Amino acid sequence: MSSKISRENFIRSIADLLRKAEIELPDDVESALRKAETAEESQVAKSQLQAILKNLEIAKKHGVPMCQDTGIMIFFAEFGTEFQPGFDLEAALREAVILATAEVPLRPNAVDPLTRKNSGDNTGVGIPDIHWKLVPGNQLKITAAPKGAGSENMSALRMFNPTETGNIRNFVLETIVNACGMPCPPLTIGVGIGGSSDAAARLAKEALLEPLDAPMNGLEREILETVNSLGIGCMGLGGSTTALAVHVKTASCHTASLPVAINIQCWANRHASIVFGGDE
Amino acid sequence: MEYHLQTPLKKEDIEKLNAGDVVYISGELLTARDEAHARILEMKEKGEKLPFSLEGAVIYHCGPLMQQTESGWKVISAGPTTSGRMSKMTPSLLKAHEVRAIIGKGGMKGIASALENKCVYLAYTGGCAALAAELIKEVNTVYWLDLGMPEAVWVLRVEEFGPLIVGIDSKGKDIFAEVRERAEKVLEKLQK
Repeated sequence: MSSKISRENFIRSIADLLRKAEIELPDDVESALRKAETAEESQVAKSQLQAILKNLEIAKKHGVPMCQDTGIMIFFAEFGTEFQPGFDLEAALREAVILATAEVPLRPNAVDPLTRKNSGDNTGVGIPDIHWKLVPGNQLKITAAPKGAGSENMSALRMFNPTETGNIRNFVLETIVNACGMPCPPLTIGVGIGGSSDAAARLAKEALLEPLDAPMNGLEREILETVNSLGIGCMGLGGSTTALAVHVKTASCHTASLPVAINIQCWANRHASIVFGGDE
Repeated sequence: MEYHLQTPLKKEDIEKLNAGDVVYISGELLTARDEAHARILEMKEKGEKLPFSLEGAVIYHCGPLMQQTESGWKVISAGPTTSGRMSKMTPSLLKAHEVRAIIGKGGMKGIASALENKCVYLAYTGGCAALAAELIKEVNTVYWLDLGMPEAVWVLRVEEFGPLIVGIDSKGKDIFAEVRERAEKVLEKLQK
């Protein structure tokens, strides 16, 4: 089955997807921020949440990115094994990033890690970062999740001893206390448990894409409640909402290992998806 | 208390500010992030003169998103960046220049003593870049564009830029440190 999408239309759609992700938050994220504003009792924290909500309105009204850190470009792609694009998808995604950078516009953030030279167009070696997953079917789902550095820099990885599962919650709490206001709370916290060091990190990042209103399990709820008991609050100025949600993803791991990765997401939990192909 | 200040700031302007006060600034802000801080300090060490003045200045920890138009640079989105990255370089910067206010987000660990009797740290809501862009009326000029758009020093004309919360005042009171200490105590209890 052919996907019947031209390379030009694909690039156009992805550039538009990036624009959408940069300008407006998914409904579940915005609604969680509104709830936090209503519930907050600290006046300073409330004023910060109100600024966030006003900022979202202005970004939408003027069609400009909600944050000047328009992030490093990350795509999650679920590639149906029967989907036939008929062109080089990675090269097309790259072109879409360059197009969106000029059009939206996006801040050029991609630099060489050692010389720190900025490419000027948000592409570079391994950037955009594309996570491919093969799935059954004839569709291609692309999720754009541009990630800012303020929150990404507070992420953490620890290789625990296998008997230390009881220490996972405290590892998250230590990471959040260490970060305090720096990653722009209220946060979404993604936790990846198991796999290997790199698999755990990927799971933690994928966990950020879970709907914020999805039901949480016991561990997730315990982490969320204890994180919010720390009193760090919006922007680290004190308050009751330090995190909006905690999502944990697991994978089996070596009997001698217990990798745990934490990916921290600022209030601007930006992502947007599009599906190509399918029955036509 | 709420204050409306005009740049360049005098020592008297900031001495009256207490942690928790709300401030609005009109006048000029200079953006500076990691690379600009490093270059300012490097020039000081070599005895070279800066192309801009930092005396009475307000430094904004911000790497703005700008667009070049026919009539010049236009601000698209310009919120604060994480100030913590500049914590190590800031005491030397304050020794070399009479910077009176630093605007950023997330606070700066261990700099309250370097700010004493000199400077204040003002917190602007992180990520609120579209909101901030509305309060920036003009890009006066830009220096060190060779560092890249985010790291260059942008001179911005602002009107009533705020609300800014006094996070660290010039008398040693630091809201971020207090919140951190409380969080550390809660954590200690949870770890038992």
